[in-house]
Amino acid sequence: MTDSRATNPSPPSPLRLHKQLDAVWGTPPGWERLKAVNHNIVGRRFIVTAFVFFAIGGVLAMLIRAQLATPRSAFAGPEIYNQLFTMHGTVMMFLFAIPMFEGLAMYLLPKLLGARDMAFPRLSAYGYWCYLFGGAMLIASLFAGVAPDSGWFMYTPLSSRTHTPGINADVWLLGVTFVEISALSAAIEIIVTILKLRAPGMSLDKMPLFAWYLLVTAFMMLFGFPPLILGSILLETERAFGFPFFDPTRGGDPLLWQHLFWLFGHPEVYIIFLPAAGAVSTILPVLARREIIGYTWIVVAVVALAFLSFGLWVHHMFTVGIPHLALAFFSSASTAVAVPTAIQIFAWIGTLMAGRPQLKVPMLYLLGFFSVFVVGGLTGVMLAIVPFNWQVHDTHFVVAHLHYVLVGGFVFPMLAAAYYWLPHFTGRRPRYDLGVPTFWLIFIGFNLTFLVMHWTGLMGMPRRVYTYAPDAGWTWLNLVSSIGGFMMAMGFALFAADMFLQARFGRRGARNPWNAPTLDWATPTPPPSYNFASLPSVADRAPLAATPDLGVKLAAGNGYLGFVRDGRLETLGVDMVSGRINQVIRLPSPTLLPLVSALATGSFFVALLFKLYTLAPIAFVAAIATLLLWTRTTGARADSGPVAIGHGEAALPQSESPAAPARQAMGLALAADATAYLSLVFGLLFLWVVAPNWPPPELFQPGIAVSALAILGSVVAALAGQQAALPGSLASGTRREGWLALAIAGNGLALIAWVLLLAAVPDPARHGYAASVFALLTYTALHAAFGILFAAYGIRRSRSGFVSAARALDIAVLAPWHSFTLALTGVTLLLLHGLPMAMGS
Amino acid sequence: MLAGALVLFALVMALLAWAFVKPAAGSRIPVRFWLAGGGLVLPALVLTPLILVAIWSGDRLVLHAGTEVPLRIEITARQWQWDVAYPDAEDGPRASVNLLHIPAGRPVELRITSADVIHSFWVPRLAGKIDAIPGHINTLRLEATVPGIYRGVCAEFCGGGHAGMNFTVEAHDVAAYAAQLARLADSADDGPADTRSAEAAP
Repeated sequence: MTDSRATNPSPPSPLRLHKQLDAVWGTPPGWERLKAVNHNIVGRRFIVTAFVFFAIGGVLAMLIRAQLATPRSAFAGPEIYNQLFTMHGTVMMFLFAIPMFEGLAMYLLPKLLGARDMAFPRLSAYGYWCYLFGGAMLIASLFAGVAPDSGWFMYTPLSSRTHTPGINADVWLLGVTFVEISALSAAIEIIVTILKLRAPGMSLDKMPLFAWYLLVTAFMMLFGFPPLILGSILLETERAFGFPFFDPTRGGDPLLWQHLFWLFGHPEVYIIFLPAAGAVSTILPVLARREIIGYTWIVVAVVALAFLSFGLWVHHMFTVGIPHLALAFFSSASTAVAVPTAIQIFAWIGTLMAGRPQLKVPMLYLLGFFSVFVVGGLTGVMLAIVPFNWQVHDTHFVVAHLHYVLVGGFVFPMLAAAYYWLPHFTGRRPRYDLGVPTFWLIFIGFNLTFLVMHWTGLMGMPRRVYTYAPDAGWTWLNLVSSIGGFMMAMGFALFAADMFLQARFGRRGARNPWNAPTLDWATPTPPPSYNFASLPSVADRAPLAATPDLGVKLAAGNGYLGFVRDGRLETLGVDMVSGRINQVIRLPSPTLLPLVSALATGSFFVALLFKLYTLAPIAFVAAIATLLLWTRTTGARADSGPVAIGHGEAALPQSESPAAPARQAMGLALAADATAYLSLVFGLLFLWVVAPNWPPPELFQPGIAVSALAILGSVVAALAGQQAALPGSLASGTRREGWLALAIAGNGLALIAWVLLLAAVPDPARHGYAASVFALLTYTALHAAFGILFAAYGIRRSRSGFVSAARALDIAVLAPWHSFTLALTGVTLLLLHGLPMAMGS
Repeated sequence: MLAGALVLFALVMALLAWAFVKPAAGSRIPVRFWLAGGGLVLPALVLTPLILVAIWSGDRLVLHAGTEVPLRIEITARQWQWDVAYPDAEDGPRASVNLLHIPAGRPVELRITSADVIHSFWVPRLAGKIDAIPGHINTLRLEATVPGIYRGVCAEFCGGGHAGMNFTVEAHDVAAYAAQLARLADSADDGPADTRSAEAAP
């Protein structure tokens, strides 16, 4: 625990310390708010924006229910209705669920972990703006009447240019990809924050369960989103330039889209569920007044769930004609997820039974979660049973099931979380006057809507029909669902009113109203911009239970870093596993750059949307250029050696630490990059094996000399990149810059080779093979081009005095890029040379 | 499955209710009882037989082992209708639209594909659904045990006319079947296409 004999340099009074810290961490009001990068502000923005999108998605749902309430309804025709349900699904998945927990994670994680901010605050802000602009693009299309209308999973060929000639599908592909930038950046940021920005002493096994859940979720996002992003790029390329990746008449296959989509889409369900389950595992023990049982079991179960979830995507495709033996495998794997889920459910039940649970409002919502989610889980097991699936697939039974899972597994826990953490956001006492009737409205309305919908589906009503005949026998069931839906909507309106009233008029209360043991309740409420005036050290999983007045001690500056040094924003970095301090991390001040970069990125997407293909590359370059500008304020121009952190201890600044967060972030980014690349390779091989109209009319034989040039260039670049980052080279300006210049030359040679190869590829619009080859070459060529940029950036940083033998970060962080590009080069050439041979034999 | 699901649901709810009625009632129950018992043993007991039955009955549906070579019928889905071709009809190929004639009491093998986007062929009372995918031919075996009229729908969203893309299956006894086929046109393009069951497509 914190040492009360702390000897920080000149310990000021708590109030003075607050003023000093807030002066550097705070974001000024007014227009200055556009510069906000602080996790308190950005996290809240995510949460509020996600809730607004939730309301929009809810209105769409009400319109759907209005249409289906009666048979042969004249309320909306198919053109409108198809946009309604497509956008309802899209908004709820991409603009509500994921950003909602991203916001909650951003707001809570640093507090739970005992840090002052996330690892990359500007990335948080950039992600937020991308999310806001991308979401706005999608919603704007709704008002323009050109919203996506091919269903939220965008099955092609329905979403192809032939069958959706308007820009509807482009809006989806580009808008969602734009939004997903925020998901990928959040994934990287959450992982690095959890692994590196914890309180000293918080080893992995002492981490709050919520952090474990978010860590696993973030890894799933890192590997789940690239297949979707790659698939969207391929489909947009097919729509824009006629590359036939999914067109069966030209060697493509619509099933490739389904595989790429569900490779993302199934993990997506767990990506949404796990953070909510993390909230349950946090709130439930507090209200049961007992430590949760089976901490280790839960961690293992969550990790197992993550692995399993990547092996089940095919259960969304049981009716596409896959051999029954393969279906049996995926069916068994799908039922197997019941095991880790059951472990969690029974850990929660065991905790409740062993404790003395209080029926406060968050607990009410948790009970709602239990009853709804368990039903969703049970129908999920039913759906995993192949013969049953053949019958109910694509009916309203599935619609009912997925709402039980997602509303039960995400919305109810989030409502519980809202009531549980609202006092933290506002510093006001929790009140229950409206919370209870709100619960019953939502709970009864939900079950009325979706319980009967199981029967609607069993009676044969397919999903996504805009109308039905009066004699189909579904009339009453649909009317009941619609009435329930409107009841639920009123419940959510009441919830919004309740939140607003409590935040505005609630009475001030003391911190930690729930007697929670986790560090999030050790901050003042509402939290100051810097969270903790000084950073705690942690000895067990329940730091506040061991030291109830920890918050006061920290505010008095008794922990680490209880001071402001040279106007810098500082927090501690620790060893990933043991939680021992290994660096002082300097975080950025408020800046407009994330907004500027997001605007440039947005221009790129808008240019693509409106087919302004001359403007698009300019916007792309502008986006990259503004992103590079971010580094102007990071780094140090002189070696500092270890700096004091309080308690008589010292640590290296991150610019001199071999464990700097940026280096881990680069590794994670490359992992996501590799996933996208492998998805592309999978696409080529899949088309080769499965697609009709193969072999292609014309094979591509890459020249031996050009291929050798590509290998030579890549090997030189990779070796030079490694050499530049060695201590011996770093010590001398000319030597490290010389190696980097060689890396530029190597990448340049490789780039020339790739361009020559690209010029020799047969017309990519003619066949899926040529299109895939073209895509592989472009993908690899882009890496060589970025290699040139990154090496040049290294030289510039070196010339500006940011690099020394100690300050290796700028060079070391980019060295893996060149090695990664070499790996891509190898695989690409192997495929290009090997495939014609395999097909020719 | 429904009964089993209801029992499991009731079990969870009862445990939750108990936790609130009798606080700390479970404080002496060992942790392992919940985690290993509820998390491992219970799912294993429930899921293993379920999977085995599922694979067995799925196989039965797919193979129809021991029956004679079934009659083949080709179905091509397009926005928004079902073209049916009978290549094996006695007096040369026959065709119909939105109406599928099958003999009752013997299995039929449907070879299903699509001419444009993905559709899904579903006759709820006769068989599970199978997707009609351009570039692929999927087979579905179904059998109507008694003559009669069965309604079918498109189950995969396929654009503006999806809701109206219905069809009818008529199962005839074997004698009437040949006569019925003989009355059909010899291709879907010429002659009065039989569109009796087509809903007015919007």
